[in-house]
Amino acid sequence: MAATAQTVAQVRDLGKYKHGWETEIEMETAPKGLNEDIVRFISARKDEPDWMLDWRLKAYRHWLTMTEPSWAMVDYPAIDFQGIYYYAAPKNTEGPKSLDEVDPELLRTYEKLGIPLKEQEVLAGVQGAPKVAVDAVFDSVSVATTFKKELESHGVIFCSISEALQNHPDLVRKYLGTVVPYTDNFYATLNSAVFSDGSFVYIPPGVHCPMELSTYFRINAKDTGQFERTLIIADEGSYVSYLEGCTAPMRDENQLHAAVVELVALKDAEIKYSTVQNWYPGDETGRGGIYNFVTKRGACRGDDSKIRWTQVETGSAITWKYPSCILQGDNSVGEFYSVAIANNAQQADTGTKMIHLGRNTRSRIISKGISAGRARNTYRGLVRMGPKALNGRNFTQCDSLLIGDRCGAHTVPYIESRNRTATVEHEATTSRIGEDQLFYCRQRGIGEEDAVALIVNGFCKEVLQELPMEFAVEAQKLVGISLEGSVG
Amino acid sequence: MARLAPIDEAAGGPADSGADWLTGWRKGPGEGLDIAPDWLGAARAEAAGRFAVRGLPDRGVEDWRYTNLAHLTGLELDWAPAPADVAKESLPGLVFGREAECRLVLVNGQVRPALSTLPALPEGTLLTSLTEALASGHPGVADLLKQRVAVDGGALKALNDSWLEDGYVLIVPDGVTVAMPIEILSVGTGGALPPAYQPRNLIVAGAGSRVTVVEHHIGLCIGGYFANLVTDVAAGPEAIVRHCKVQDESREAIHIALLDAALASGAMFDSFCFTLGGRISRNELRVSLDAPGAHCRLNGAYLAGGRQHCDHTTSVDHAAPETHSDQLYKGVLDGRARAVFQGKVTVRQDAQKVEGHQMSRALLLSETAEVNTKPELFIHADDVQCSHGATAGDLDGEALFYLRSRGVPEAQARQLLVEAFLNEAIDAVALAGMRLPLERNVARWMAERPAS
Amino acid sequence: MLEVANLHAAVDGKGILNGLDLAVGPGEVHAVMGPNGSGKSTLSYVLSGRDGYEVTEGSVRFRGADLLALEPEERAAAGLFLAFQYPVEIPGVTNMTFLKHAVNGLRVQRGEEELDAMQFLKLVRQKAKALGMSDDMLKRAVNVGFSGGEKKRNEILQMAVLEPAFAVLDETDSGLDIDALKIVAEGVNALRGPGRSMLVITHYQRLLDYIVPDRVHVLAGGRIAQSGGKELALRLENEGYGAFADRAAA
Repeated sequence: MAATAQTVAQVRDLGKYKHGWETEIEMETAPKGLNEDIVRFISARKDEPDWMLDWRLKAYRHWLTMTEPSWAMVDYPAIDFQGIYYYAAPKNTEGPKSLDEVDPELLRTYEKLGIPLKEQEVLAGVQGAPKVAVDAVFDSVSVATTFKKELESHGVIFCSISEALQNHPDLVRKYLGTVVPYTDNFYATLNSAVFSDGSFVYIPPGVHCPMELSTYFRINAKDTGQFERTLIIADEGSYVSYLEGCTAPMRDENQLHAAVVELVALKDAEIKYSTVQNWYPGDETGRGGIYNFVTKRGACRGDDSKIRWTQVETGSAITWKYPSCILQGDNSVGEFYSVAIANNAQQADTGTKMIHLGRNTRSRIISKGISAGRARNTYRGLVRMGPKALNGRNFTQCDSLLIGDRCGAHTVPYIESRNRTATVEHEATTSRIGEDQLFYCRQRGIGEEDAVALIVNGFCKEVLQELPMEFAVEAQKLVGISLEGSVG
Repeated sequence: MARLAPIDEAAGGPADSGADWLTGWRKGPGEGLDIAPDWLGAARAEAAGRFAVRGLPDRGVEDWRYTNLAHLTGLELDWAPAPADVAKESLPGLVFGREAECRLVLVNGQVRPALSTLPALPEGTLLTSLTEALASGHPGVADLLKQRVAVDGGALKALNDSWLEDGYVLIVPDGVTVAMPIEILSVGTGGALPPAYQPRNLIVAGAGSRVTVVEHHIGLCIGGYFANLVTDVAAGPEAIVRHCKVQDESREAIHIALLDAALASGAMFDSFCFTLGGRISRNELRVSLDAPGAHCRLNGAYLAGGRQHCDHTTSVDHAAPETHSDQLYKGVLDGRARAVFQGKVTVRQDAQKVEGHQMSRALLLSETAEVNTKPELFIHADDVQCSHGATAGDLDGEALFYLRSRGVPEAQARQLLVEAFLNEAIDAVALAGMRLPLERNVARWMAERPAS
Repeated sequence: MLEVANLHAAVDGKGILNGLDLAVGPGEVHAVMGPNGSGKSTLSYVLSGRDGYEVTEGSVRFRGADLLALEPEERAAAGLFLAFQYPVEIPGVTNMTFLKHAVNGLRVQRGEEELDAMQFLKLVRQKAKALGMSDDMLKRAVNVGFSGGEKKRNEILQMAVLEPAFAVLDETDSGLDIDALKIVAEGVNALRGPGRSMLVITHYQRLLDYIVPDRVHVLAGGRIAQSGGKELALRLENEGYGAFADRAAA
């Protein structure tokens, strides 16, 4: 694809972090800090129904009673929640009716990111390449969604969640907060109070979504928190594959990203959710970078439903993220494929939860953690077989690779089995790149860094091959770039 | 003897978790020790303070996430039980199935020489009570104890530290091999109130020495008691210490045991724990591999039914390069039993060329049994090979079918498979003579389990 | 092509090569034979630049340049290829991907254009076909789950694709049955030519029935104890290495 090729070209051109530029765009922001008025402001700005404001306020009031979680294996200075802008939107983009109304500077931003924002770019790509519909979220606001018409003809709703609140309030109200309630955890609760935008997807019964859906997130404004909320509903017998990509400019200060993603798969439905997370990781000394504190959870609510999370986490100063599946429906399937790379001073604490409630539910966890530099990488996971999870099956494979002797790799699985007919299998290994493997590659003429990237990509293959083709290529390049400077 | 410092109610902890069960504890140990060294009172008071701040761990404490001790707080305990009247004849035959060559008996945590069989041991080898060892001013004992008591090792250890009084002490000098296994028989027996006892045991193995300890824990009463044991092990360079524990406490007993072993270069610690008894039990091992060449093998097998809760927790610290650890725990659960396995393997920075492997497997035989497993790896060096694995589930249906298709009745087939399952862990017991009785225990347990 | 002079090398401080001299001209095939522990594998690793093999004295000139000053990948770019005695497994990396990185890695170092996907595919398919290797094998991870014979054949495929000026074959015959040995030898012979030299390191004479050398050297005690024509290999087969070991010690 042209867009992917372009991204790959940019990957080569730019140095350590390729998306480290910022865009000069006139922004409208709410005052710094957080109080009920800010929550009301955000809700009013989006012209939300009363029930939405009530829900936000309930979340905000609950949040005041909560404390930041401390159990994750990450260290960071206290976050000043009053020092953050909770709402930042590019001016003049309120309800763009078409791409022509979008600030051209913004479009250039997305071009730099290699996002196929303009449909013709995609169409100009390699013949026969699959189409990708894109929703682009810039700081707090969704700025453009492509391929809307074609999707609509299939009955697929793909829009920003603000738009969904206007046009499909009943659907939003029926599902919002049903997978991640507003009381769920500190960051999810904060998100519930202040989320400003995000994507909304509804696939009607029996519809196989005709193209990949994709959201690109970018944090641009300074001192801005990004709190997007994504809600995807796959109705009975439907299928959707959704991709998510993230970048942010290089800044010396840390920026907070606290998103919530809720997936609902009804009977016979399947959702594939793929993420390539490349937020700015901070510099080599650990200065700056995104705090990526994200709650992602999917409910396999109907029988025979399936949710698959695939993630490639290479960015962020700190990642705190556990995309999970609640396997309620009988015969439902949850999968989690993860590559997490932490280099320099990055800290990643990521994994999944597979909660088996229904009969014959199956889950599979493949996690590949790579630590380099002084980074810390933790896999944290929970597999629970409930008393009614007859014949439940789980298989977990958790491998860690260490590059260098100053990094750390941790594996912290929790396995709770309350059903004798359920089978749980967990395996974990920790090793380093073999000296013999490196030498073998170098003897064949492959430079050391290239050899490391090659071997690590091989180590991650089981996960990378689960990504849609458009992302897989970029993800492989990212693996190499993320590990630059880790050897020698 | 100094009483314990009164607990500041405002400090929270025990006061919050119900004051009754600690009433007797507050009076402190007093009469047991005739000549107490000066440091002991201060150390006890300091530990009591630590416990007071901590309180009994609830499930918010990560290490106790899956084991709930709330049952304890409902008990009114006798913290200083009078020596129970136990006849030597009433003690069971041995785990070896024959008369002990060497057996030290403790009743409710107190060493009872009159009930023991103590032959001459190789020269310099000391097997005695802690009371005796402290009274005689044995320098090795006091030094090690002082050092270990000062370690903040959690609430239950603090509780034991606050009550330092008796327990067994085994000291093997450099280069000495103690050929005969040393059996420690620990008997719990009730009175008007369930007794609480907190023995503190020490095993010190000198450089190049070899010794095998078999701990057998039994109950001679129907009712419950609370045993809170701490065992400190120090293995010198090239020492080999084998520790085999059979926990067959009374079905109402609460048995909480912590063994803390530090290994010098080339030392080997081989532990096997067989858990059968107790209402709530926890066997926690902390092994520190402090110098190159140190290695440990931690194995366990457990059988739990009814409402039993059994917890095996291990923590192996690879603090030095070229250290090895290997762990295998297997358990069978029936009825409403719950099992916990938590195993932590830490490799410190610069501890290169380390190998650490761990495996935990549980069989669930009933609809209502439950197992919670948390194996953890914390790796900070790159030239290491570490792995862990965990499984939980029912017997292999295919194997069961295979046996039945060959004419073996189902109940018998199940028993065969359960025995085969556990034998992998039991086979690792290096001690000749132990394997058979352990296997017999498994057979008996299977035969006695209520039909499901 | 290759001139080794007075080469001394040590592993973990222990001297393995003790003044080895060897000269291989363009297009020549030399065999180095020796008993276990004579330094055969050390020679191949020293030439290819593996970490932990320390040259304490002597020099190696390769096509006029100081070979010992180069990194392993630079030696490869200079035209040196080592067929490993124990080819390494790289899980998750297909043969195809591996070869592509190698081919383009060498081309970039030599200042040549990288091959695009089509050109590369054509090249590899053609070479694989010549060696009777299936496409399926190209899609499998490098050496993972390969039989002994497949691994050795894979080494020869890499050699065919990378077209080195100088190939060191380190005990390529070890672990092969006679059929596999023939296939591998045929592959090697097909690559012989005026521009390509080879150093065939082996314990047994048997390989030299199939890859007939121009010169045979006997390695003993870390130096060349005797050199001769291909008949020397036959003599060794009959008499054993004993006599040479004594001579090296003397």
